[in-house]
Amino acid sequence: MNIHEYQAKQIFAKYDVPTPKGLMAESVEQAVENAKVLGGPVWVVKAQIHAGGRGLGGGVKLARSIEEVEKLSREILGMTLITHQTGPEGKLVQKLYIEEGADIKDELYLGVVLDRAREMPVIMASTEGGMAIEDVAHDNPEKIIKVAVDPAIGFQGFHGRELVFGLGITNPDEQKKFISFASKLYKLYIENDAEMIEINPLVKTGNGDFLALDGKMGFDDSALGRHPDIEAMRDISEEDADEREATQYGLSYISLDGEIGCMVNGAGLAMGTMDTINYMGGTPANFLDVGGKANAETVAKGFEIILKNPKVKAIFVNIFGGIVRCDRIANGILEATKLVDVHVPVIVRLDGTNAPEAAEILRNANIANVIAATDLADGAAKAVAAAKQAK
Amino acid sequence: MSILVNKETKVIVQGFTGKEGSFHAEQCMAYGTKIVGGVTPNKGGTEHLGQPVFNTVKEAVASTGATVSMIFVPPAFVSDAVMEAADAGIELAVIITEGAPVRDMQAAKAYALKHSMKTIGPNCPGIITAEECKIGIMPGMIFKKGNVGLISKSGTLTYEGANQVCREGFGISTAVGIGGDPIIGLSYKQLLPMFEADPETHAIVMIGEIGGDLEIQAAAYIKEHITKPVVAFIAGQTAPKGKRMGHAGAIVSGGAGTAAEKMAALDAAGVKVVVSPADIGKAVAEVLAKR
Ligand SMILES: Nc1ncnc2c1ncn2[C@@H]1O[C@H](COP(=O)(O)OP(=O)(O)O)[C@@H](O)[C@H]1O
Ligand SMILES: [Mg+2]
Repeated sequence: MNIHEYQAKQIFAKYDVPTPKGLMAESVEQAVENAKVLGGPVWVVKAQIHAGGRGLGGGVKLARSIEEVEKLSREILGMTLITHQTGPEGKLVQKLYIEEGADIKDELYLGVVLDRAREMPVIMASTEGGMAIEDVAHDNPEKIIKVAVDPAIGFQGFHGRELVFGLGITNPDEQKKFISFASKLYKLYIENDAEMIEINPLVKTGNGDFLALDGKMGFDDSALGRHPDIEAMRDISEEDADEREATQYGLSYISLDGEIGCMVNGAGLAMGTMDTINYMGGTPANFLDVGGKANAETVAKGFEIILKNPKVKAIFVNIFGGIVRCDRIANGILEATKLVDVHVPVIVRLDGTNAPEAAEILRNANIANVIAATDLADGAAKAVAAAKQAK
Repeated sequence: MSILVNKETKVIVQGFTGKEGSFHAEQCMAYGTKIVGGVTPNKGGTEHLGQPVFNTVKEAVASTGATVSMIFVPPAFVSDAVMEAADAGIELAVIITEGAPVRDMQAAKAYALKHSMKTIGPNCPGIITAEECKIGIMPGMIFKKGNVGLISKSGTLTYEGANQVCREGFGISTAVGIGGDPIIGLSYKQLLPMFEADPETHAIVMIGEIGGDLEIQAAAYIKEHITKPVVAFIAGQTAPKGKRMGHAGAIVSGGAGTAAEKMAALDAAGVKVVVSPADIGKAVAEVLAKR
């Protein structure tokens, strides 16, 4: 789960990680009110969406008067912000963060993520703040310092020294401030079961203080149960409505831009099915993992969600029944076609436990647009052919 | 022969009397697995599925001589269960539970390593030595005995792969579902040498996914140390960047861990890489015919 910048900064504040003062606003009036409370002379009006690159997209703007705060808030609130992380459709700005303007001397980068190879969190820092870290990683990988911290020992002095010497911070007072900043950030990463934290930029001000100007945080979904305060920060409007609806039914759905709807059990086989469709010259319209419980209700829901996408010309149901028996799934599919108006051809491949019985059930039902397939290759080929024919 | 488990292996179940634990323990027993008991705190001294229940893993190990534990406890208790198993001298813990917090698994795995306990999973179908011992939730009947070892991050692709291998007239020695979470136990790199050393295994199928770099590490290892033919498939070639595909691990961002990168590395290591999982069986037949 991801949260907004203003929420990340609330967590930072709890851990004494320095940030500029700021207040969230949901209306232009509130934005103006916030600006007055903060006092001037410079404010920054920042769009709150779950994506980075807001500055370049026109969602972060400097104001030098209350009138300007009002004008910019009116512009940004309600706009559809397109950045390199939102996709071409962009994201609607529903909240603003009004923040005091900082006196920026240097822009750095600081982040914490899990290093899967070393199986521990790694602190990443760079002098190249303010730009996309992916680009730095690609063009100047040596400019990113990585310090892995074993949670069994926690953040030690040497971790801090590796960071400041790596960044070329030589002033002892600044070294102390930066190390304190990084150690608090590590602490809040661990204590909140964060998946990633990114501060880009982390700035050094004219007086040699370090401030988090930006804040992005993502959390381990599996650990949210023990963090009700963070779960409460969930902003439903930032999540894809179809994906969210699917989750409520135990389905995992992601829309793509092809023509063949997919309904599969298991994430690996679901991806493998998409790959096979692609390999055979078709295009997958979605990823859909029905998980372990493929019954009439979930299958019907799956059809419904897939068919919301008008581009879908055929559906490929690919289930490898293990513990779930195929005959039950076949009945579920028949049941589902009664619950939902499935107006495109449905290619069904059921393999595993009781597969012959399942094939028999589908054959006997003899529904016009339900086509049985013998295996993965056969099913994918039939789905690709059906989608081509529908054009 | 086979790897890690066989018909002699004595297994206990942590979370034995729960709904999932019971259901799957029974299926494993029906397959022939020697389930010699289970652990459920406060139910010690009772019997379940004809086997003794203990309050602690230590008691269970002392009384049954079990060396392997199959873990079905709820997500929040997984790390506790894994550490208890390690502390009690269990040699291999097979963690089936889905949804354990990453931080917990990090700590549990570090502790397991300290006690030289191997782990498989979490969030995986388990391990099966065909027609001998099934420890997990896979449909046993699709695994016919044979000479192909299988390692997979994905559960259903394990079944798909095994099924194709068997339909081509071959069979499986041992299949291991390693799971796709960010932190997992045994991975390709640890399992490949076991299959290399197993005389019963003649070829290895490796099924990977986008995200992380375990397959890249495996490719480097294969190049140096594996003489047996390897067939590989990497799921997620068509997955969009930055999107999470069900498994916590299956996410690509910033260009690292793409299917293309992994496929290229495996190909360069002499592995037969298939583009579609539908070709796994055929590819196995091909590499075995060449031997
Ligand atoms: N409080 C602030 N004071 C001064 N400049 C700021 C402030 N907040 C952001 N900026 C400037 O705007 C840029 C973009 O803002 P940021 O919060 O990083 O959003 P994003 O990463 O989404 O573009 C920053 O790199 C910084 O130069
Ligand atoms: Mg930024």
